[in-house]
Amino acid sequence: MAAESLERILGEHPFFEGLKKAYLQLFVDCASNVRFNAGEMIFREGEDADKFYLIRQGKVALETYAPQRTVIIQTLGEGEVLGWSWLVPPYRWRFGARATELTRAIALDGKCLRGNSEEDHDLGYELMKRAAQIMERRLQAARLQLLDVYGSGPAKR
Amino acid sequence: MMATLSDPMVPSPFRIQRVLKETYDTYTLELDPANGADGFSFAPGQFNMVYVSGVGEVPISISGDPDKPRTLVHTVRSVGTVTQKLCAGGRGRVLGVRGPFGTSWPVEQAVGSDVVVVCGGIGLAPLRPAIYHVMANREKYGRVALLYGARTPEDLLYKLELPRWRGQFDLQVEVTVDAATGGWRGNVGVVTTLIPPARFDAENTVAMVCGPEVMMRFTLLELEKRGVPSENTFVSMERNMKCAVGFCGHCQFGPTFICKDGPVFRYDQIQPFFVTREI
Amino acid sequence: MGKMSQTAEPAVLERDHLQLLLDVLSKGGYRVLGPTVRDQAVFYDDLTSLADAPAGWTDEQNGGTYRLKKRADGALFGYVHGPDSWKKFLHPAVVRLWRAKTGGNGFQIEEGPEEAGKFAFIGVRSCELHAIAVQDKVFLDGKYSDPVYKARRQNNFIVAVNCGRAGGTCFCASMKTGPKATSGFDLALTEVLEAKRHYFVVEVGTKQGAEVLDKVPHKAAGAEEKAKAEGIVAKAARQMGRTMDTKGIKELLYRNYENPRWDDVAKRCLSCGNCTLVCPTCFCTTVEDATDLTGEHVERWRKLDSCFTMDFSYIHGGSIRSTARARYRQWMTHKIATWIDQFGTSGCVGCGRCITWCPVGIDITEEAAAIRQSEKS
Repeated sequence: MAAESLERILGEHPFFEGLKKAYLQLFVDCASNVRFNAGEMIFREGEDADKFYLIRQGKVALETYAPQRTVIIQTLGEGEVLGWSWLVPPYRWRFGARATELTRAIALDGKCLRGNSEEDHDLGYELMKRAAQIMERRLQAARLQLLDVYGSGPAKR
Repeated sequence: MMATLSDPMVPSPFRIQRVLKETYDTYTLELDPANGADGFSFAPGQFNMVYVSGVGEVPISISGDPDKPRTLVHTVRSVGTVTQKLCAGGRGRVLGVRGPFGTSWPVEQAVGSDVVVVCGGIGLAPLRPAIYHVMANREKYGRVALLYGARTPEDLLYKLELPRWRGQFDLQVEVTVDAATGGWRGNVGVVTTLIPPARFDAENTVAMVCGPEVMMRFTLLELEKRGVPSENTFVSMERNMKCAVGFCGHCQFGPTFICKDGPVFRYDQIQPFFVTREI
Repeated sequence: MGKMSQTAEPAVLERDHLQLLLDVLSKGGYRVLGPTVRDQAVFYDDLTSLADAPAGWTDEQNGGTYRLKKRADGALFGYVHGPDSWKKFLHPAVVRLWRAKTGGNGFQIEEGPEEAGKFAFIGVRSCELHAIAVQDKVFLDGKYSDPVYKARRQNNFIVAVNCGRAGGTCFCASMKTGPKATSGFDLALTEVLEAKRHYFVVEVGTKQGAEVLDKVPHKAAGAEEKAKAEGIVAKAARQMGRTMDTKGIKELLYRNYENPRWDDVAKRCLSCGNCTLVCPTCFCTTVEDATDLTGEHVERWRKLDSCFTMDFSYIHGGSIRSTARARYRQWMTHKIATWIDQFGTSGCVGCGRCITWCPVGIDITEEAAAIRQSEKS
């Protein structure tokens, strides 16, 4: 896909709203198109977190593992941002991510952006602002999930 | 003697014709009148007081098709003495029914608008009659979205109907669960996450919400964020009920009686009470 | 004596002839109910003979206090009220709604509520007349009417009595519900005791009242007698020890759901529910379904309930109002605020029973005043 298209796609995404053109260009330079088949792992828990993804199409399940079972924490769909662990030390994935169906995304080089942010704190601030919002939404959703509002659960099965 | 305006505390007999197991603790009962009456007319959102002989009576929303009044349908979750007996009652058992009581979903007001239905857990049951009505009159409405959340995939109600609805009509059906194991291919996350991407025009939408109060509070916040006016948002409330006709006083919610001023309320009219704890 | 119409002039009935009034009512098929003395309090009960009435008794009432004291005279209605009210008969605490037989085809209702007959109430205070009117609105004015209340309220004969003194906890004047009885009665008596005479000035309220009065020796009231009666009632109005400022009280309570005063009263309130038992307008009930051992005979009973119980607001998962704070707030807000939106009147008639019979003397007028005051500071 040509760079101009990537620029258009990124420019239209809510995550990049309000970013000045120079920074947008930087993101475009760090971006690439990726695709995952259904069932493919995007990243695994514990791996180095160097990228993040804008999901353009498909569905991704965030998972963790307990003995004899895989638990899906949350699913993310079209338009959502996958991954913020690349911004926060120790820069390793807290969960695994698996495409549950054919998923197309734009991968952004988080490691590169981390480096740039150390040099240019204004860029870092813009990134942090946006990541904070994503984390807030995830935290809110997680808290609601914790409330287990639908009732006492299976008493005896 | 039948329940009439003059003696509303007398139930009419209804016989269980079919029992469908929805989940490990929730059953749908299909009832026919046992005294020769033609059927049971009701408006979507209304409820009955259902009586198990000698045991007790509980308020249960009617969850069937208002255009098919021959059969009375109730989806019941086993949470106490009476509901446990209801769920255990087999075909042929006779129950007592008083009703229908209460206010109904604004299916008429919604004509010409988009419709978004947000429900959680057993909250889908009181909304199903409204969904049936909308589907039967599909051309009168704009875009229609059903957003449904449950605890786990096993807790989903109407598992066979949901994919049929999604597949058959111009209806956006999104389902999510709070927790799932690896085999689940659907959404995982609270039902509020389904609201931002749902397809409806916030300024011209009627929203109908039903589920645990906590879930409704957060849902209403998300709908507000999307710009749905609170005069176009409707919720179904629940309280302890003993009589369903405004005499026992148990179902009071601020100045309203949920049995006669509700259970369906326009949100802006009850908003101050909705956010008051322990009211 | 000729027939008296509703706009008839007041009459005078001698004390010695009052028994005849009761007799006329008994003969007319009424169950005559009135004040009696029992267990050191005044209770409303069967009153066929005035010998059972609280002649010469008065009461001392205050927050959490009730005592009967002997009077220097033989006044029949020198007390104010006791722990019960006429709802005892109109909205009975325990009533069977129906009885049914179950079988193959479900159940057959065999019997509805039992016949109650007709009641004659003797000695109904103005506040109590208002309380009955308040309950009329609850049970008779909506889409459904309560058949038990309706049957008991029909053919009700009411002999009201105007208060000669304000009770220790009364505040009917500020609630505009007394002390003078203005409507809702068949006959209204004002008791007058003079050195040599003991009589009642009788106001006729309805045609039935006039018909009953006609059967009892009486004469037209003279100007002096009428003035005496009016003076007595006016004096009672001036004696009120408490007031409730009702201006904007509905909005006041609606604004103050989170007022810290609720925490204050919650520390004192025992959630005992006495107030709901003695209040003449509290109407909440619960329903109990019962069966015999075979399951063949089932019954549905209705029982008086109180919003102060933990179970009152129970839904699966727990009670909505689990704290005493929430429950007291519900009772008081309902009584003086939300009741107005529900039924068009206040639920409070200013009788003061809740203050008298609260074991810790919580005073609804004081609580309302405190909330109002908290907005000013």
